Amino acid sequence: MEAFWIILAGSLVAISCGLLGCFLVLRKMAMVSDAISHAVLPGIVFAFLISGSRDSIVMLLGASLIGIFTTFLIEFFHSKGKLQADASIGVTFTWLFAMGIIFLTLFAGQVDLDADCVLHGEIAYVPIDLWITQAGDILGPRVVYIAGFMLILNVIFIVVGYKELFLTTFDPAFAGAIGISTTLWHYLLMGAVSMTTVASFEAVGAILVVALLIAPPATAYLLTEDLKKMLIITTILGAVISIAGYYLAASIDGSIAGAMSAVAGVLFAAAFLFSPKEGVLIKSIRNKSIEVEA
Amino acid sequence: METFFDFFSFRDPNVRYVVLGSILLTSSSAIVGSFTFLKKKALVGDAVAHAVLPGVCLAFLLHGTKNPFILIAGAFATGWLSLVLIDIIVAKSKLKEDTAIGLILSVFFGIGILLLTMIQHSGNAAQSGLDQFLFGKAASLVGQDLWAFAAVAITLIIVVAMFFKEFTIISFDENFAKSIGFPVRALELVLTTLTVLAVVVGIQAVGVVLMAAMLITPPAAARFWTDKIRTMIILAAIFGSLSGLTGAYISYIAPAMPTGPWIVVVITSIAFVSFFFAPVKGILYKLLRQRRIKNMMEEENILKLLYKLGEEKKDFYESRTISDITSKRGFDLSLLQSRMNKLRRQGYLNKLDQQWQLTQEGKDKGQRIVKLHRLWEVYLTKYLRIAPDHVHEDAETIEHILTPELESRLEKLLDYPELDPHQSKIPYR
Repeated sequence: MEAFWIILAGSLVAISCGLLGCFLVLRKMAMVSDAISHAVLPGIVFAFLISGSRDSIVMLLGASLIGIFTTFLIEFFHSKGKLQADASIGVTFTWLFAMGIIFLTLFAGQVDLDADCVLHGEIAYVPIDLWITQAGDILGPRVVYIAGFMLILNVIFIVVGYKELFLTTFDPAFAGAIGISTTLWHYLLMGAVSMTTVASFEAVGAILVVALLIAPPATAYLLTEDLKKMLIITTILGAVISIAGYYLAASIDGSIAGAMSAVAGVLFAAAFLFSPKEGVLIKSIRNKSIEVEA
Repeated sequence: METFFDFFSFRDPNVRYVVLGSILLTSSSAIVGSFTFLKKKALVGDAVAHAVLPGVCLAFLLHGTKNPFILIAGAFATGWLSLVLIDIIVAKSKLKEDTAIGLILSVFFGIGILLLTMIQHSGNAAQSGLDQFLFGKAASLVGQDLWAFAAVAITLIIVVAMFFKEFTIISFDENFAKSIGFPVRALELVLTTLTVLAVVVGIQAVGVVLMAAMLITPPAAARFWTDKIRTMIILAAIFGSLSGLTGAYISYIAPAMPTGPWIVVVITSIAFVSFFFAPVKGILYKLLRQRRIKNMMEEENILKLLYKLGEEKKDFYESRTISDITSKRGFDLSLLQSRMNKLRRQGYLNKLDQQWQLTQEGKDKGQRIVKLHRLWEVYLTKYLRIAPDHVHEDAETIEHILTPELESRLEKLLDYPELDPHQSKIPYR
């Protein structure tokens, strides 16, 4: 039963991240998501200090504001200060993350979070952290509910905004011409990424969430060029990563989140080498057979 | 306060070591980072920094001790591998660089965390302190470790000094470097190696998670103060050292604190001050300059308008009311008052019981703007063949910008035309 809850929580988180990640990879914004996932840390610590718990709506909303603030700051230094984009990202998120770690050490007594949790989460504790109602009913692990809620939000966001997200991703000029605001959808997506990062934070930590945001979509993108298929493949990959990651971690007694990232990397490597269309090995074999025929 | 003096008197040999070590580590990564910054590959440093973690853990697993040279070797191996993999992914697939960097960074770090937790759970007593590579601890820079890391840092600085010219050229213009016969690929290789080494030594002070800041932030801050690469690198090194020194101090007064975050906060504060307040390139300076130009244009517009009113009424020095002015052109009323008062102080206007009057200087200045406007309209219609009804907007802007030199060349080129395309007289003095 323990394994079930951990794998379920892992899958929900991985799928949430992967679905949003598809748009990030296609928009060439992978590193912005890396920046956001680091930058929400000070927000999490403060929300913790104020509310005393980590699963409030306030925290999710606060986090999305900080995520949007980060995106804005990166854009501000880039456009007003003429700082090149990559350096602008690097300066902004390292600063916010450093502040987060400092707050964490300063308020260590009041905040039930530690640096380990920031780095790789505490998904192994999912089954013992139960949601118990005031009436005393045990409803199952809390994190599963949070991750499930976040996944539903993300699915609604993508289904409702599919046309807008699709157009602003692939043809921003056309989107603008038919009256869809690229800026609005950009910030909506960034807000969704921030909320998902915070919701996933407990399970996988601030850095490994990036692996779940980028690796499954990148793998899926090597397998298909159709956005809908890419979203479906990413979903399947999310579940596979969670299952395989759990058993890998169990077999060598290591961090489950770390193992999930490692599995995500292996799956990517497999697609990179053997994808029917894009695989590097497949392509070189095909080239050779063409030479032989010629 | 007492600890402050204890620390900065550098009497304690331990303090001396730690300070020396932190400064060397942070300044050498700032120097190497300057080149990756100029090559617009700043985030690659972030990937390398995260990717050294599995190397450190693997080296420990294989060797069983925390010998600094073994750990450096392990870190170097995986750091290098991550760069090679990023290059391969970008070259051989349709994925873009940002995805490749994010992917390699997070997957390598995940593997590192997996190995690290595995080592921690194994109960091996020698492993304690391995997690200091995550957030850095300058205070642990003593004895053998210090000499190992210092040796690498000094080597880095010497190699950069030796290849300074070559690195500069490949950072700015790779194709030019190729065309004059530089071994660009070999130089890139040296620079990549230096980047990995800088990360490997820097993590002792700041840790893998925040190492990217030590490569990116000092050069980004230094870039706002100068256009000269030599000055920029020296400044970056100084900024880096300052933050390293602070980090060492924090580590001394609060041994439980990881030093990395503090070093990063100090260097980022320096960067923010540079972004906003640096002369010429700073954001505030730019805003002030924009406002100055806007004010100047608005003031000139007022004088121009009064001159045109004078043209209409055939009397330039007659007094006008505010409503005379606003009937011709929409001005922001509150700003208009203060701008006109400023023009009065400068001697361009006189104020006589709520009425305004041009002085001789004011009339001349307004006349010059009107002349430039009309000359430019003639130029556009005559030389660029633009229809007369399309030239006004452009002339509205350029009239404030043309210098006296351009003015006289324009007059000669057009041979002092009498009328503009709208048949208004061009006023010469």
